[in-house]
Amino acid sequence: MIDLTINTNLAQKIITGFIKTELHRVGFKKALMGVSGGIDSALSLYLSVMALGPENVLAVRMPYKASPADTLEDAQTMIDDLGVQSMTVEITDMVDPLINHYEDMTKLRAGNIMARMRMIVLYDQSVPFKGLVMGTSNKTEMLLGYSTVYGDSAAALQPIGDLYKTQVRQLARAIGVPEKVIRKAPSADLWQGQTDEGELGFTYEDVDKLLYLLVDQRYRPEACVEEGFDKAFVERVMGMMRKNHFKRVMPPIAKLSQRTIGYDFLYLRDWGT
Amino acid sequence: MKIKIALAQISSKLGDVQANLDKHLEIIEEAQQKGADLVIFPELSLTGYALQDLAVNAALRPHQEDPVFNALLDASKEIDLMVGFVHEDHRHRFYIAAAYLSEDKILHIHNKIYLPTYGMFDEGRFFAEGDSVRAFNTRFGRVGMLICEDFWHASLPYLLWLDGADILLFSSASPGRGLTENPRLSSSLWVEHTNRAYAGLFTNFVAHANKVGYEDGLNFWGGSTIFDPNGELVIRAPDFESQLVVSEIDLNQLHRSRARLPLLRDERKNLVQRELERILGEK
Repeated sequence: MIDLTINTNLAQKIITGFIKTELHRVGFKKALMGVSGGIDSALSLYLSVMALGPENVLAVRMPYKASPADTLEDAQTMIDDLGVQSMTVEITDMVDPLINHYEDMTKLRAGNIMARMRMIVLYDQSVPFKGLVMGTSNKTEMLLGYSTVYGDSAAALQPIGDLYKTQVRQLARAIGVPEKVIRKAPSADLWQGQTDEGELGFTYEDVDKLLYLLVDQRYRPEACVEEGFDKAFVERVMGMMRKNHFKRVMPPIAKLSQRTIGYDFLYLRDWGT
Repeated sequence: MKIKIALAQISSKLGDVQANLDKHLEIIEEAQQKGADLVIFPELSLTGYALQDLAVNAALRPHQEDPVFNALLDASKEIDLMVGFVHEDHRHRFYIAAAYLSEDKILHIHNKIYLPTYGMFDEGRFFAEGDSVRAFNTRFGRVGMLICEDFWHASLPYLLWLDGADILLFSSASPGRGLTENPRLSSSLWVEHTNRAYAGLFTNFVAHANKVGYEDGLNFWGGSTIFDPNGELVIRAPDFESQLVVSEIDLNQLHRSRARLPLLRDERKNLVQRELERILGEK
């Protein structure tokens, strides 16, 4: 049996300790993040508040004109419940000129433009707020590459990046994220009616079980098929993982010298802290 | 004879030996105030764990003229110490090492033998392998030191036991991993089971100091322990918290446990040698 159940107290303890330590050791006290009204950014927000206190957390709502109003309201409810600092920066006027500049604009390109604009807003606000940008990516979307490179994937820390989506739900429920946020269909809200699972063609519950075998338990793809997973599904997921690996690594540097960043110039980010 | 052992469950500043030395000296003083006879620090306590290219800059020559060892030797006049550091030998090879200091002398240096170089670990890339394991005499009797992966291989605690060590001193910088439904991480449970097993199987004391804190995304879980020769837990430091825990152990327990359970008396070393020679001779 594939069991993705986690001890939520332990997860909370390790992650809040991580946020606090990794922020403080580089001289910061505060964190900010985009809060969409979805579960991932909600969990990241709640954990940041637990680690740093509400006064040290800035939740930024960055709606586009097509963003659903109820999701924005959910974000506001959580902001009010937690008592964190907040601001709303509508990105429509910033992204529409670029989106409208090209006749052949696609939904995908427009979505990427929005994700990258949100990144720009957050990194800009990080300066006056004197905080670090907190990531909201989970393990499932990182492995599948279901994100915009240099957009929603850009952050100083990734507190929930080792939790599968189903584990995100479990931890979110345990630490008091509103049930409405947990239950709503996951969506990047890039256009009306978009849902992750609709776009991906499978459910997070199914893909998490498969990823757990492939990644955590080191099953070979054919062994996953033996365990009862559909062959085409296994191949598709393997393909997504491989094809999107570039989103998980730094861009390779053409090696010329005796010592090159990334190959033989190796230090943790926490060097000297 | 009763002695008090202190387990210094600390985090270290990555690559900053001077800052870590200052912290060691503070903790040594605190341990002394609590009446400890011996204080054990985690693996690479003077440097931090995931050093990568910092290793060579944080390396020390363990002798009286080295300012870091000079300060530690001075402190060892009052209390015995086991500290973790990067050891640069006279041929400029770099080892993960533990030093035992007592009464202004370095009694023993152990260079880590098993360097995990798999999965999340990359020690073999940056460090040389130690190639000997020896028990040594202290004012509390004969002891043996091992570092982390060393005691994931049963042969090394076994050899120290045969070499006369009644107290095994283990240090580690064990990254936490394996989040399940259990309130403790898989790595933490595994190490504790192993240490308990060594104590029980060897009718020995086993003291283990593990690091806490974070290095990038790695967490270090602490949970330092002492087990007695019956395999019973003497003390356990909390998971994840930086803490100095002190506990008394009664060395007379060795007499009582081994009178009841003469595993050491009955151990067939010659048989082990014979069978090992046969196994090694097999093609």
